[in-house]
Formats: sequence, structure tokens, C-alpha cells
Amino acid sequence: MIYLFVGVGGVIGAILRYSVGLALTGQETVFPIATLLTNLAGCFVLGWFTTYLSKRIHPFLVTGLGTGLIGSFTTFSTFSVETVTLLKAAYVGPAFLYVFLSLFGGLLLSYFGYKCGEQI
Amino acid sequence: MIGHFLLVGLGGLFGAIARQRISTLLNKRTISGFPYGTLTVNLLGSLLLGFIVGSGLASTWELIVGTGFMGAFTTFSTFKIENIQMGAHQKWKMLVAYLIISYGGGIALAFLGMIVGIKNAM
Repeated sequence: MIYLFVGVGGVIGAILRYSVGLALTGQETVFPIATLLTNLAGCFVLGWFTTYLSKRIHPFLVTGLGTGLIGSFTTFSTFSVETVTLLKAAYVGPAFLYVFLSLFGGLLLSYFGYKCGEQI
Repeated sequence: MIGHFLLVGLGGLFGAIARQRISTLLNKRTISGFPYGTLTVNLLGSLLLGFIVGSGLASTWELIVGTGFMGAFTTFSTFKIENIQMGAHQKWKMLVAYLIISYGGGIALAFLGMIVGIKNAM
């Protein structure tokens, strides 16, 4: 049963991530803005979700939405590959900026989400 | 176009379930435990996506296996919430180790996967 929830969440999360990517293509930039935006947004939402919503809904829904949907909406593999692609194209500055924004931006937004959930 | 969404969704279905399986098996149940499951999926997924991109799969397969499966198999948000929870429990050494292994390892493995993929390009 739990696989159904995680699986459906995964379908929705992956399609949403792909849609954000499509919506942002055509922008003439080497910087992987779509992945950065989905990852940072997902960090905030999961932070909030973990402290606020997870205590108020059925455990299956918690796993389906948290692990399934938000977990699949954000991605680590694409981040790693995009960083390597930037480095290989000698965009060293943008590569470091990308890692820096993902690392600290992710921590910050995750923390904000976490705190927002606690205070409600 | 609708077909593309279906392909990504299909990959996402199996990617999310595979991640959940591995996380349940490897992540410690206790709050103090190190999240080996999340680390494993993120490192393995980085290596495999590097290989997929390097080998230049046909776009249909790239959407299912790359964007769909590997995208959903790996996760950024869970990784970050685990970072925050380590901080909340003042496990600073564990947090720093987790960050270094994830970022350093993920990028190095994606590079390795890409090199191997390019050598085996289709």
C-alpha cells in the first residue's frame, strides 16, 4: 500500500520538476536555474511539511507527499551532473556559484521551512 | 508532448519507490543515525546519471531513465532536511562529513560516470 502512495507521489513530483524545466528552457543562460529553483523550493516545502503537516495527516500520506512527491520533485543527480557539465565547459565561476547556492541556499530554506512549521 | 510527461512520470514512479526501499533498508530508524540510505541513492544516482548523459541515450530513454527515474531516485530536499535535523541535534561533525561526502562524492561520481559513458557512447 505504501508503494502506491510513494509511487503516485513520485509520478507527480517528477512531472512537476520536468514542467519547471520546460517552462524555463529557452532562457539563454548556461546556469542551471530550473534545478536550483526546484531544489530550493522543495527544501522549504519539505521543511515546513516535516514539522507542521506530518503530525496532522495519515502516515501513508506523509510518506507519499514527503518521500514521494517532494523527494522526487527535487533531485541530486541532476545537480551533480550539471555541476560537472559547467566545469567541463570551463565555467568554473558559475559551477562554484551553483554549488554554493545549492548548499547554503538549501540549508537556509530548509531551516526556514522547518521553523515556519514549528511556529504555526 | 503528453507522451513526454508520461515517460517522465513512469520513470518517477519507479525511481521514488526504489529510493523509498533503499532508504527504509539503510537509514537508521533513530534520529541520531546516519542516513546511509539517502547518501547511497544520491551517490549511485549521480554516477548513473553521469553515465546516461555521457553515453548520449536516445531522448525517449533519457526522459524515462534520466529525468524520470534518476531524478526521482535521488533527492535534494530529504538530504537538506537531514542536514537541518543533524544541526538541531548538534551533530556538527556528522553534518560536515555528510555535506562533504555528498557534494564531493556526488560531483566526482557524476564526472566518472560521464567519462565512462562517453567512452561507451552509443
